Amino acid sequence: MKKWSLLTLVGADQTAIVAAVTRVLAEADCELGETSMMRMGGSFAMMLRVRHENQDLAALLKDVCDRLSLHLHIDDDVDSSNAAIEPDVNITVYGADRSGIVAEVTSKLADAGLNIIDLETALAGTKDKPIYIMTIEGQARQGVDALTKAAESISDGVELNIIPIQTLRA
Amino acid sequence: MAVLEIIHYPDDRLKQASDTVTLFDQSLKDFLVDLEETRLSGPGAVGIAAPQVGVAKRIAIVDLTELKKPVDNHGHLLMINPEITQWQGMEKGREGCLSVPDFTGNVIRAEKITIRFQNSEAQWAEFETRGYEARAIQHEIDHLDGMLFLDRLVSRRADLFQRKVYKK
Ligand SMILES: [Zn+2]
Repeated sequence: MKKWSLLTLVGADQTAIVAAVTRVLAEADCELGETSMMRMGGSFAMMLRVRHENQDLAALLKDVCDRLSLHLHIDDDVDSSNAAIEPDVNITVYGADRSGIVAEVTSKLADAGLNIIDLETALAGTKDKPIYIMTIEGQARQGVDALTKAAESISDGVELNIIPIQTLRA
Repeated sequence: MAVLEIIHYPDDRLKQASDTVTLFDQSLKDFLVDLEETRLSGPGAVGIAAPQVGVAKRIAIVDLTELKKPVDNHGHLLMINPEITQWQGMEKGREGCLSVPDFTGNVIRAEKITIRFQNSEAQWAEFETRGYEARAIQHEIDHLDGMLFLDRLVSRRADLFQRKVYKK
């Protein structure tokens, strides 16, 4: 009986990490589902949903993790459905960097029904005047108007754009 | 009248260019009825193209009249031998396809196009359209050229913004 596991691997960024890890998985007949991998700072972070015959994934990946100095974390039996949740709203936020900007924006939008599907933030600007940029894809469970209303109460100096996503099916 | 079988990628027929329609006969009209019935059987499909039912002919249907969130449109469009003659602007939007179940992704399309096509009596029509209808037409014409929206996917980071409803 096959099952799904969620692997998280993090380590210093270096050439061909993705190839090394996915080759080991492929050779052990593990199937990949959704994955997300990116460079963050000087590190490289990988999250992979893997379907396998109840194998010992920690043992399987030990060599490659040792060789590339990767931290590995495994969560088993994650939701086995493959149905992706569809975003219906895209939100971009930016402003002068200050502590608490992500917390403020996400908590106010959560109260207005936002279910975050995907969120990414980046630090940019100059050293003495850094800016913070955030992009969110999510579901507006109480409608886009509720988010727009909630956005009114977000502090001055934070720019916010809310764009509905109307997915075309054809 | 019949609901036709929708074919799914990786069926090769979705990657082949379709032929120009030259015969405007009763069998064409019958096919249009079946194609429309097939579109309506798909969940919320605003368009369908003949190659999606395995027919390599330049025929497509687009209909944005029944959307929950209404958009500007030119009514129910039965398009035979459609051609885009002008493109303007670019816009990112999210698309899915009856031939690629369980996936949606971001695609950049021209914001405004001029389209010409024949009806089932072989008469030509031409008009300019924009936004969502223009997107749907471009998606369908891609099918006629053996292209899928998967050929045009862009990263979420490639942000070309659409119409904003809210700007703080
Ligand atoms: Zn399609």
